[in-house]
Amino acid sequence: MFGKLDLSAVPLSEPIPLITSAVVILVALGVLVLITVRGWWPYLWHDWITSVDHKRIGIMYCLLGVLMLIRGFADAIMMRTQQAVAINAEGYLTPEHYNQIFTAHGTIMILFGAMPLVLGFMNFLVPLQLGVRDVAFPTFNSVGFWLTASGALLINISLLIGEFARTGWLPYPPLSETAYSPGVGVDYYLWAVQISGIGTLITGINIVTTVLKMRCPGMSYLRMPVFTWTALASCLLIVAVFPVLTATLAMLTLDRYVGWHYFTNTAGGNPMMFVNLIWAWGHPEVYILILPAFGIFSEIFSTFSGKPLFGYRSMVAATLFICVVSLLVWLHHFFTMGAGAAVNTFFGISSSIIAVGTGVKIYNWIFTMYGGRVRFEVPMLWSMGFIFTFIIGGLTGVLLAIPPADFVTHNSLFLVAHFHNVIIGGVVFAIFAGAEFWFPKAFGFRLYAGWGKVAFWCAFIGFWVTFTPLYILGLEGMTRRLQHINVPEWGPWLYVSVVGVAILIVGVVAQVVQLVVSIRDRELLRDVTGDPWDGRSLEWATPSPPPFFNFAVMPNVEGEEAYWGIKLRAIETQQLAPEPKYAPIEMPVHSPVGVYTAFFATVFGFAMIWHIWWLAIVALVAAFAGFVVFAWRDVHEFEVPAEEVARAERARRASREALLRKLSEEGALP
Amino acid sequence: MTETGLPASVEAIRRVREDPHRLGHRAHGPAEIIAGAGHGMTGPASKRIIVGYGFWIYLLSDIVVFSCFFAAFAVQRGATAGGPTMDQIIEVPRVAMQTAVLLVSSYTCMLSFAATNARSRLWTQVFLAATGILGLVFILLELQEFAELAARGITPQRSGMLTSFFGLVGLHGLHVSAGLLWLGTMMAQILVKGFRPEIVHRLICFNLFWHALDIVWIGIFTIVYLMGAG
Repeated sequence: MFGKLDLSAVPLSEPIPLITSAVVILVALGVLVLITVRGWWPYLWHDWITSVDHKRIGIMYCLLGVLMLIRGFADAIMMRTQQAVAINAEGYLTPEHYNQIFTAHGTIMILFGAMPLVLGFMNFLVPLQLGVRDVAFPTFNSVGFWLTASGALLINISLLIGEFARTGWLPYPPLSETAYSPGVGVDYYLWAVQISGIGTLITGINIVTTVLKMRCPGMSYLRMPVFTWTALASCLLIVAVFPVLTATLAMLTLDRYVGWHYFTNTAGGNPMMFVNLIWAWGHPEVYILILPAFGIFSEIFSTFSGKPLFGYRSMVAATLFICVVSLLVWLHHFFTMGAGAAVNTFFGISSSIIAVGTGVKIYNWIFTMYGGRVRFEVPMLWSMGFIFTFIIGGLTGVLLAIPPADFVTHNSLFLVAHFHNVIIGGVVFAIFAGAEFWFPKAFGFRLYAGWGKVAFWCAFIGFWVTFTPLYILGLEGMTRRLQHINVPEWGPWLYVSVVGVAILIVGVVAQVVQLVVSIRDRELLRDVTGDPWDGRSLEWATPSPPPFFNFAVMPNVEGEEAYWGIKLRAIETQQLAPEPKYAPIEMPVHSPVGVYTAFFATVFGFAMIWHIWWLAIVALVAAFAGFVVFAWRDVHEFEVPAEEVARAERARRASREALLRKLSEEGALP
Repeated sequence: MTETGLPASVEAIRRVREDPHRLGHRAHGPAEIIAGAGHGMTGPASKRIIVGYGFWIYLLSDIVVFSCFFAAFAVQRGATAGGPTMDQIIEVPRVAMQTAVLLVSSYTCMLSFAATNARSRLWTQVFLAATGILGLVFILLELQEFAELAARGITPQRSGMLTSFFGLVGLHGLHVSAGLLWLGTMMAQILVKGFRPEIVHRLICFNLFWHALDIVWIGIFTIVYLMGAG
């Protein structure tokens, strides 16, 4: 009846996961009770859960990502403290538990922390920057988000029911085959990542179609903001490589469930085929994360330097160069495979060459600041911290790209320090910079800058104190994923690293305090104009937060930096463009199909993990039935009456006119 | 469809709105700027273009999935682990039959869309039904092949080569089966709702899907069966 599932699946003897799950369940129950008592369900259901509005979906993606970042950070704290106390000792985590923690840390941080945040930014911003009202397939967008949430839920269920994989974030066979990992850990990994991967693919297809086919009049390719360009490049990579992940995980699933021989080390299976396939996805995956981060920084450098981005076209070219070359470097993850000198040379050179594209970008950002009026607001601090951090991360990457050097540092803490250097210094800094930058656009008020500065300095210093010791330890020969250490000389560096983690914790607390303080003081921090930073692209032409239809009238773009041009004209002529004629707008209706599909995807995944076959079949049939019912609906769109459009637009114009008057009184007009 | 007093002009306007590229109706020569195609500065494309375009991108991603299974087959082709080799498991006559059936189904699928363009419900349904029956025959032949192999003890569990063989061919079979499910749903929708724009858009996607599966099958037929038998 319940397959492999029985009461022994709950780890009663292990206090850490048990207490954590109890706390999480209590908090979740508390939130549910609060929502019920306050009567918030109808609002949540109609305005968020079933919403197909790209901005709402983007915000929900970011919320999911932030929650998972905290979960992954908790894993990181446990790993660093375990290594610091387990020097010639056992430490407080058993090897089985420790192995699950480093696997969960990697999987969660990349796939359920960074990915949702990056996809959230793309969802929120791309239609706004393109001057359109939604993405190409709004309902599929909701399906994509909820599938990602479904995968995240499955991973977190593994904390209480069963176990998680102990294989590392990429489950290399033969370790991940049934013979060596008989438990449900790898199955949790497979179904969670498979389901969320399909969600990501849906979002990727959606954004590629949106950018290529849905730009407002006048928005030719070379007038698109750089963030949109990077979102396009990133989503092209999603479309190209997430199917590889799907296929690879499907093969491993077949090996584990029906005894096939794709990756076994018996009967003609080929474990190295897994390693090649998974990195053919895995390496482009890190560029899927970093390219939108580059886009975020480009927007910020240009806005806070008060200048157009230096070398816009070279930035676009470098983005596409990285997009293509990122598909040609995967083998540098396993130079030690023994593919021979010629193959290693090719991949060594391609891995070094990709740094050229990044170098072009770095110089463009520096030259954007050069001669500009740089404002040291919080987003700018993160961006400048990024340049410093990322250059060093990039240089250690070029070091690792040299095959003979890589043979020495392979799987050492040097490698661990390198990829944290580029992912934290690149992606995470970008997320925090972007959150600070676009928060007023999403919620209508700014974040309190004081605590933002504290958070930045703690993260920046904490990062370097945590990871510099790991570089040194790596060069001294410490390999990754050690549950205990028997070289006492490494102790001091591990202690320093824990101090760094403590500084990072203060940074996280500062972020939370910043959010709380900003919500408390939201009336003081209110963004009434919709353009709090003197922005340059079209999202700043909308009020904060934008109405659900984004633009009352679709903008007509006449040059690069669409909104900047409109703004300068308004300031020069001291008036807004003449009021257009308002027409009714068609918007897609909300739909529960996303959350419905994800619910049954979760049930299906859970049933497959525990071999509850009947339940898996029920879930599949239910999901198909949901799609048929959805396909049968008669109403796809509803009309926003012209009066409502006019009312929203007139309020926006009034606030802009007030801004013009204020500028004029201050003598800032020509 | 209710027709007005100017059927040909109304038809022409509707066509252009739905299909601004005027596929097959446009003269050769330098491309003019087409409103509604989503090109350059002309503003967002029509819904029909967006749906078709998005589905093309999905198909490309699906072909990447197939390419992984092709790659696995290429890697594991010789990994027979002492078991049967490719030329011992292939029956060319049945595969030739399967190929013929699938190619004809692509033809009937195309005819169904010609009927859709002419807004003929009857002929759309007839040709979709023919497509479905041919697809079903294809699947049954494949199941027969797998059953006969299994009866001889030739299963995916036997060797890496057989794993990748069954995986690749089975993946295609799974796609065709999913296509049949979709086809059935589409026929029911046409029956109940007629040619609404969104249903025509779905028919475009279904056609693309079905033809793409044919193209993949050509690859399987050549690389797995013909090269394996030789």
